[in-house]
Amino acid sequence: MLQIRNLRKKYEDLQVINGINVDIESNKTTVIIGPSGSGKTTLLRSLNLLTIPDSGDISMNDSTLHFGEKQPLQKKQIIEFRKKTGMVFQSFNLFSHRTVIENIIEGPVTVLKKKKAEAIQEGMALLEKVGLAEKANQYPRQLSGGQQQRVAIARALAMKPEVLLFDEPTSALDPELEIEVLEIIRTLVKEHYTIVIVTHKMGFAKEVADHVIFLENGNILEQGSFSSLCQSGNERINKFLTSLQ
Amino acid sequence: MLNERVINILQESFFKILIPGITYTIPLTLVSFAIGLFLAILVALVQVSNVRVLNPLVKFYVWIIRGTPLLVQMFIIFFGLPSLGIMLNSIVAAIIAFSLNVGAYASETLRAAILSVPAGQIEAGSSLGMNYFQVLHRIILPQAFKVSVPPLFNSFISLVKDTSLASSITVTEMFMVSQRIAAKTYEPLALYCEVAVIYLIFCTVLTKVQHRTEKWLKLEQG
Ligand SMILES: Nc1ncnc2c1ncn2[C@@H]1O[C@H](COP(=O)(O)OP(=O)(O)O)[C@@H](O)[C@H]1O
Ligand SMILES: [Mg+2]
Repeated sequence: MLQIRNLRKKYEDLQVINGINVDIESNKTTVIIGPSGSGKTTLLRSLNLLTIPDSGDISMNDSTLHFGEKQPLQKKQIIEFRKKTGMVFQSFNLFSHRTVIENIIEGPVTVLKKKKAEAIQEGMALLEKVGLAEKANQYPRQLSGGQQQRVAIARALAMKPEVLLFDEPTSALDPELEIEVLEIIRTLVKEHYTIVIVTHKMGFAKEVADHVIFLENGNILEQGSFSSLCQSGNERINKFLTSLQ
Repeated sequence: MLNERVINILQESFFKILIPGITYTIPLTLVSFAIGLFLAILVALVQVSNVRVLNPLVKFYVWIIRGTPLLVQMFIIFFGLPSLGIMLNSIVAAIIAFSLNVGAYASETLRAAILSVPAGQIEAGSSLGMNYFQVLHRIILPQAFKVSVPPLFNSFISLVKDTSLASSITVTEMFMVSQRIAAKTYEPLALYCEVAVIYLIFCTVLTKVQHRTEKWLKLEQG
């Protein structure tokens, strides 16, 4: 589904992504783990083009984006790509001047040019799915963090993206609110969405991951199934995993 | 001090002052503010979008206007420009000076308001596939507008009072009229207090309108 080849990104002197090659498989859940500052967020943002890599390729289905060419990417290419990749942020980032349902239909109506009535109908179904139908006409500030993140997930789903990207979706939440968000993601995993998720919740990673990528200093130190990573014998990976127990 | 003569003068002059208030001060304020606000929106957008060529130009404009007194600007436009062959009607000159001022100050208000919109929401919009214009129109401007309402009312109320400066370039607005009556009746204290009260009434009404608007915005947008 997504092929990432020789991806690089540098901030000033810091090589944050250092020639990464990954295949993200359709209908599977890929979990990215690794120490803080290892480039997880940058990699995930690159998949949504919120960060434009310096060089390398990203292919989705049959179309390929080449970075670092003389000709910069066209705005249209970027937008087409973003429509197909749904991003869920650590800090929710709901539009605070819009109600819950307005947040959800914003993408379908403004970007996909859907009819408002149709978008609302689909949006309400998504709110039902994340268990917040009764909050449709409230504003984000009236919701708990966990509820806001569930709305943010519904907002991403409303675009019917090919892949869902989650950047530490529960790390801004209290433990009791974390559960409700993880529960929604668990449902999406069971429904075979294509998912890439950055998380520090090792129990959850173990449960949902089809494929795990361990990042360190912008490199993939190891990738494979969760159990293969645990048994890799790599000291730094073991140390990281035990530190999170 | 408040003898019968003074009370009579005050009564007779009240409408003489109020009428130019309605025919000059209010239109002068409304027209200048409308043009100024339009200018301010353009200037703020040029600055936050970092439009080449234009950006240094609008920075220069804001720098000049904010760094020189309004009264001096009015004198340059009305008394100075004729030396270059540009003769302006005093009202037009006043409108130009006031609009340029509102444009410069309000652009800073708007710029700050635009920058106050959380970057995460802008990214969320982009991540959905919105283009720059859509993000601006759907996410940035509605929120920036709401934050800038109180400071814009502030500018508006200041402008009502600043229109009194137009008297110095021969516009017969309220203050000019009260000056004339004061000179004729030898009652400057009474007349200037009277015109002050009329300005106060105007501004009090505006403050009420501001509170209404803010309340309405709050209801409207959570
Ligand atoms: N916009 C940026 N400008 C400069 N440095 C950045 C920027 N974004 C990330 N970095 C740096 O890149 C490194 C990797 O960041 P990030 O991808 O956020 O790591 P992680 O999500 O794994 O903690 C960090 O050292 C961070 O400081
Ligand atoms: Mg991160």
